[in-house]
Amino acid sequence: MSALSNRNFDRRTALRAALGLAAAGGLAACGGNNGRGGGSGSGTNLVQMFHAYGEAGTEQAIKRYAKAYKEANVTTQWITSADFESKLFSALLTDNAPDLFEFHPQIQMVKSGQVADLTDIIDPVKDDFNPADIKSHTVDGKIYGVRMIDDPQFFFYRKSMLEKAKVDVPTTLDELMEAADKLTTGKVKGLYMGNDLHSVNDTLIWSAGAQHLDEKNQIAYHTDGVVEGLKKMRTLFTSGNLLLGAPTESWDPSSFNQGLCAIQFCGMWAMPAIQDALGDDWGVFPFPKVTDNGKQSVYNGGWSMFVNAKGKNVDAAKEYVKWLWIDQKEYQEDWATSYGFHIPPRASLAKEADKLKSGNAAEGVRLFNEFGHFDNIGWTQAMRTAFEDVFANCVRKNMDPEKALDRCDTAVNRELKKLFG
Amino acid sequence: MSTTTKLDLASSATAKASPAKPRRGLRGSPTFTFWLFTGPFLIGLAIFVYAPILWSLWLSFFEARFTVTPDKFVGFDNYKYMLTNDDFVGSLGTFTVFAAFIVPTTWALSLGLALLVNRMRFMRAFFRSVFFLPTAVSYVAAALIWKMSIFSGVRFGLMNTVLGWFGVENIAWLIDPNPPWYWLVIVTARLWLQSGFYMILFIAALQNIPDELYEAAAIDGAKSGWQTFRYITLPQLRATSTAVILLLLVAAYQAFDEFFNLLSKTTWGRPPLVELYYKALGESQDYGAGSAGALILTVLICAVTLLQGKIMGFGKGDESK
Repeated sequence: MSALSNRNFDRRTALRAALGLAAAGGLAACGGNNGRGGGSGSGTNLVQMFHAYGEAGTEQAIKRYAKAYKEANVTTQWITSADFESKLFSALLTDNAPDLFEFHPQIQMVKSGQVADLTDIIDPVKDDFNPADIKSHTVDGKIYGVRMIDDPQFFFYRKSMLEKAKVDVPTTLDELMEAADKLTTGKVKGLYMGNDLHSVNDTLIWSAGAQHLDEKNQIAYHTDGVVEGLKKMRTLFTSGNLLLGAPTESWDPSSFNQGLCAIQFCGMWAMPAIQDALGDDWGVFPFPKVTDNGKQSVYNGGWSMFVNAKGKNVDAAKEYVKWLWIDQKEYQEDWATSYGFHIPPRASLAKEADKLKSGNAAEGVRLFNEFGHFDNIGWTQAMRTAFEDVFANCVRKNMDPEKALDRCDTAVNRELKKLFG
Repeated sequence: MSTTTKLDLASSATAKASPAKPRRGLRGSPTFTFWLFTGPFLIGLAIFVYAPILWSLWLSFFEARFTVTPDKFVGFDNYKYMLTNDDFVGSLGTFTVFAAFIVPTTWALSLGLALLVNRMRFMRAFFRSVFFLPTAVSYVAAALIWKMSIFSGVRFGLMNTVLGWFGVENIAWLIDPNPPWYWLVIVTARLWLQSGFYMILFIAALQNIPDELYEAAAIDGAKSGWQTFRYITLPQLRATSTAVILLLLVAAYQAFDEFFNLLSKTTWGRPPLVELYYKALGESQDYGAGSAGALILTVLICAVTLLQGKIMGFGKGDESK
């Protein structure tokens, strides 16, 4: 035994050394994995976070713009997961938070000090922006985000299928239900609004003549018109005329392009892909009116750039946002029209966007202007989730709409109380 | 390094005191070895498990919205909110029922597979691997396969194609909750993912049962088949069964991945963790309420586990050997 003792000792020393190395390695790994890449060259490092756009070339484009910026080294986090919001929100709590990110205007991010005031970089060109886009990003006179693109969302329909079934383009929800019924055949479903139907949440409220919140930030969606709309949606859901359980969600035009449905709710961005797949055999129409005193509506969604107010390089991030999304018009136009179609929020750019001046794209712009509703900055993610539950509860499951809306009221009021007192 | 020096001194002192065992100092002592081997894991456990639990406990008494370092103390408000929230309390109820169903089912299926594989005369290793392989599959990947290929709602989904041969209309398995076909999807996915792992545990236990017992039973007149299984095999598996059921119970309450991916944006079939995610921890960023809910869930899991231990006699397993 004693002859072995020396070797034993060596083995222990080696083991200890190995453990030490492993621990050091682990710590080093913790420090290195912050998505900032190797800090090449001089200057600041910035991290920007984007959700994954579906169109080919978008990721390359965003990285190309970033590379052209000389003042800082900008790296991009391209989040492919379906729940970009959760990824973003949890990242913002950590030290590895992105310095700038795209999102929609939501007041809780302003109130909790997560987004920086961008008034000084927007002010000089404020008049060039769509006034609605400025309004939807403004709290107490300060502007918190730079709109990059406006994305109207509406229905796309197959002209040939409607002609064959002798169906006119629907203008009321009843007509839409009737059309869905007539258009449904053995292989094609009449209508697709997404598997969970949530993409039409907002338009249903507007088309029923209501809105999410009123001027005083109180609940305004709980009306008889909305209840009626929800009941009709339930009828539609159980009619067998809806495409349900499709492999792709409604933001992706694949179901429409592959002929799984005759009408699909989608967004302006999908136009180039649909044109490629179907030629000219398609058109667009707004969400039909739900009640007699309602009006057809379009959801003017979109994406805006925000700066993380708690980041280490707020000023450098603001500089980059100003450079790319305010000064570089060439890139802004490329971003709006070279991949999916989006409406540039700047009047000067929209004027020059030739691709949006003819055919269905021009019709999309008309619907955007005539029927469009923008985000209400007071309508936060938690409220969004609460209203999604209404759809789940009374459209997909058979709960009484009044009861489902009452539940939503409780959740929304809790948020409103915390935000506005 | 100073610790090591101290240990060296200590070890030489011990060596003097007991010359019979010159090498056994503190360094060779079981205590030192114990800490050497468990230390790293205990540190990991403390940092990654106990610290977050304590942090949650602290958070649960604060209004922690959009931050994890809050300063507004609210007492038991978060607990009150979670316990009066129909959806959260409902999900605790649903998952107690779910656990009552899925735990015995998985237990029986994995035991059945283990018995089958164990009795095989040839290709045993092959079948053992085949049944075990799904354990290595990510829950998310499996959920996507179940959702998009097997139980897709369109006419070319696997199940709908098969049903189509018999003239059955397409079923939107995961979208339409009436009738609740989604449970079929969830349960099949879960069984496929989990039973292989527990099967391995049972096979190991089965191989531990001495042949003499079966021989003795045969001599005493026990018929092979059900009688032997009931009175020899099953009692011998008691310790393993208890452990398996314990693990399954905890897993049932902690279910997240496949539910989250299969049942997106529903209000039904949500396990407590998914409910917490939607209500508080995910997009709503209400970490106070979320932490309160998580602690309520922890207490519930502990209670159910202790109760199960009391009924099944966990830790008394050795007696049956």
